[in-house]
Amino acid sequence: MSAVAAHYGALQKLGVEVLSVSVDSHFVHKMWNDNELSKMVEGGVPYHMISDQAGNVGRAYGVWDETQGIEMRGRFIIDPDGVIQAMEVLTAPVGRKLAETIRQFQAYQLVRASGGKEATPAGWEPGKETLKPGPDLVGNVWKVWNPSME
Amino acid sequence: MEEQPQGCARVSGSVIDAPPQDAPPQSGPTTTHEASKMTARVGQKAPDFSAPAYYQGGFTNVKLSDYLGKWVMLCFYPGDFTFV
Repeated sequence: MSAVAAHYGALQKLGVEVLSVSVDSHFVHKMWNDNELSKMVEGGVPYHMISDQAGNVGRAYGVWDETQGIEMRGRFIIDPDGVIQAMEVLTAPVGRKLAETIRQFQAYQLVRASGGKEATPAGWEPGKETLKPGPDLVGNVWKVWNPSME
Repeated sequence: MEEQPQGCARVSGSVIDAPPQDAPPQSGPTTTHEASKMTARVGQKAPDFSAPAYYQGGFTNVKLSDYLGKWVMLCFYPGDFTFV
């Protein structure tokens, strides 16, 4: 989560609000921020650190691990309508890659701004070609996109 | 968001019940409570919840539905003071 705190500016530029959740109490969140995270990240954690000690929120999102009593690394992209557009869930020992989350936010924001008229092909990044699905594109994706462009 | 009074009760997050219209039909009495509560799916409304939080030196309460109109990155992780 310190990686998210360190790159919070990039998320803020995209208008993204961050909410972190674990089964620790909000008092422990404060201790973690004060004694460790604030030493990794200038100014400490800039987002809300939510406490879900009973795992109720984690259960609703399918990340609750009954045997360990913890929540797995679940990351959800929620759009302004409150709809989940993307999710990624990892078990505890492997960390996330924030750059991919930022790329997905950029892609979903582009699609939303286009009113659904544009889609982003595999490996899309800002500045690269998008796809405009329609009758003309059927069977013709090869003309505008190929895997080497990923 | 306003400061919350801090008692000694063990407060936790709770889901705000609004069963999704497309909830799968109950498959009989063997369906567990947990399974029926798991509602997060892509393309569907995010389950709303209310929970205590630490935010920049203070304690507050977060309700997901207060963030309607904004993009939200909701991140779960195994625990504070863990190593990854």
